[in-house]
Amino acid sequence: MDTISIRAPSMPSGSTKTRRRARMRLPAAIALLPTALIVLVVYIGCMLWTVRLSFTSSTLLPKLDWVGFAQYSRLFANDRFLTSASNIVIFGTLFISGCLIIGFLLAVFIDQNVRGEGLFRTVFLYPYSMSFVVTGVAWQWFLNPGLGLQKLVRDMGFESFTFDWLVNQRMAIYTIVIAGLWHGAGLTMAIMLAGLRGVDKDLWKAARVDGIPTWRVYTSVVLPLLRPMVVTAVVLLTTGVVKLYDLVVAMTLGGPGIATEVPAKFVMDHLFERNNIALGTAAATIMLITVIAVLAPWVYVRYVRPQGRHA
Amino acid sequence: MSAAVPQGRRPRHLTVGRLGVYAFLVTAALFFMLPLWIMVVTSLKPMEEIRLGNILALPAAMTFEAWSKAWSSACTGLECNGISVGFWNSVRILIPSVILSIIAGAINGYALSFWRVKGANVMFGVLLLGAFIPYQVFLYPLVRIFSLTGIYNSLTCIVLVHVIFGLPTMTLLFRNYYAGLPIELFKAARIDGGGFWSIFFRVILPMSTPILVVATILQVTGIWNDFIFGLTFAGRENLPMTVQLNNIVNSTQGERAYNVDMAATMLAALVPLVVYFVSGRWFVRGIAAGAVKG
Repeated sequence: MDTISIRAPSMPSGSTKTRRRARMRLPAAIALLPTALIVLVVYIGCMLWTVRLSFTSSTLLPKLDWVGFAQYSRLFANDRFLTSASNIVIFGTLFISGCLIIGFLLAVFIDQNVRGEGLFRTVFLYPYSMSFVVTGVAWQWFLNPGLGLQKLVRDMGFESFTFDWLVNQRMAIYTIVIAGLWHGAGLTMAIMLAGLRGVDKDLWKAARVDGIPTWRVYTSVVLPLLRPMVVTAVVLLTTGVVKLYDLVVAMTLGGPGIATEVPAKFVMDHLFERNNIALGTAAATIMLITVIAVLAPWVYVRYVRPQGRHA
Repeated sequence: MSAAVPQGRRPRHLTVGRLGVYAFLVTAALFFMLPLWIMVVTSLKPMEEIRLGNILALPAAMTFEAWSKAWSSACTGLECNGISVGFWNSVRILIPSVILSIIAGAINGYALSFWRVKGANVMFGVLLLGAFIPYQVFLYPLVRIFSLTGIYNSLTCIVLVHVIFGLPTMTLLFRNYYAGLPIELFKAARIDGGGFWSIFFRVILPMSTPILVVATILQVTGIWNDFIFGLTFAGRENLPMTVQLNNIVNSTQGERAYNVDMAATMLAALVPLVVYFVSGRWFVRGIAAGAVKG
């Protein structure tokens, strides 16, 4: 914010000038006030409140006693929470790497000067415009073993074909990954494609002159150039992973059993259905710590350090 | 060889390589279209036909009955007024939320990128971090605050929540856009004696059309697709369409009417789909603008 000092030569000097400037900036400060209040009350206040509640014995109503880390030890002895945590790691790893690989491949193939490029782009990205509830319901219907994919393949003559992941304790979480990939791969494709279009044309000419195979150029030259796009995609996808809730609720409701429980759902259930505020807020605090540990360095480098306007 | 070079003239004849490119793209496109196709054909079939399987087949006896049932008489729990209730609730939530969150973002972005206000950058930094923090961290205290002020479970409440959690993206979006405008414009307006608001309304806002479009696309799809806020803050009377859809699909007793479920799903997906198809490239720009330009 250092470029906006007004240097009108006719301005009076010294303290009058400073005071005048401050007065002119007053409306700007007032305009930012509501947001500042929200940041203070909601983003900081509510967050601290949640953390504080996790050290209490609150159940249906909040209490302000102090039980130390008791809720956290209960949390890490809780099967449902441990399943949730391992599920989100499985989902996060497969979803992010899957989106990156599929997104990159789609972008590269679309970038081959194909006919109907616009159509392909539209088809790959449209799932991203739909809600997770819609996504979950659609995939739940397609993957149900009774009338969905399994029945379809069996009716084609493959009598012993089995695809019951949706109702299989061990495999159900992977159906959530499939639905997630369908929803998010197009977004990654769009980001990567924007990156590919920014690659210098001379690079391709040079590679052609040197006789380097196209796939080598993509893996050794273009991919490193796309690093900012990959980072952007990873950040966007990561926020999606942390928020994973609606998709699970719509598709499996955490089931079969507790096979597809996720942390966000654990928190919601304990806060609003199971009347266990302290345990719910403790789980929320663990989510908070995880996210901060992963993202704080990135936000610091990207936004806080280079202050204000940049060209 | 020239087949795989993205720039330059389109190759005249098909080679094996290009055939492979198209085969890959068409296969991928089929995979992405599959759920939409299944939703549409299922919603147009009578139940007898659905029970036979053949999930991919076109309906033999096409009927729109499921659509009208989904719209006006499907049961969401105890009430059976269809998903139309949710549709209008979503509209009532959407309009004020979109308008207010865009106004807030525009003013914040303008103040942040042109006016040197003490502490503004710290506030912006915290706000951005807030964008990444899981909502579950804020929800319970927010519910308490809203209960205390007496607006919990109301339209006001859900709109306010959308504005609050739209702030990071909207502010970032407008700040980045305004940071790209020539500073001389602002300086000239200042020398002409313009104040905070007059510069905003006369100089900055008229130049903001592209970013207003992007912000509208982002917020319309985002708020329409919201589930967790609607579930937590809107109250029984104002449940948005996503929540109603989930209730229709996942709380039915007895045999599930898959055709009605799919018709309701299509209805719930319609608004964002229309926004997506109408807005085209702007949609991509919208998603990317929130993060890429940083």
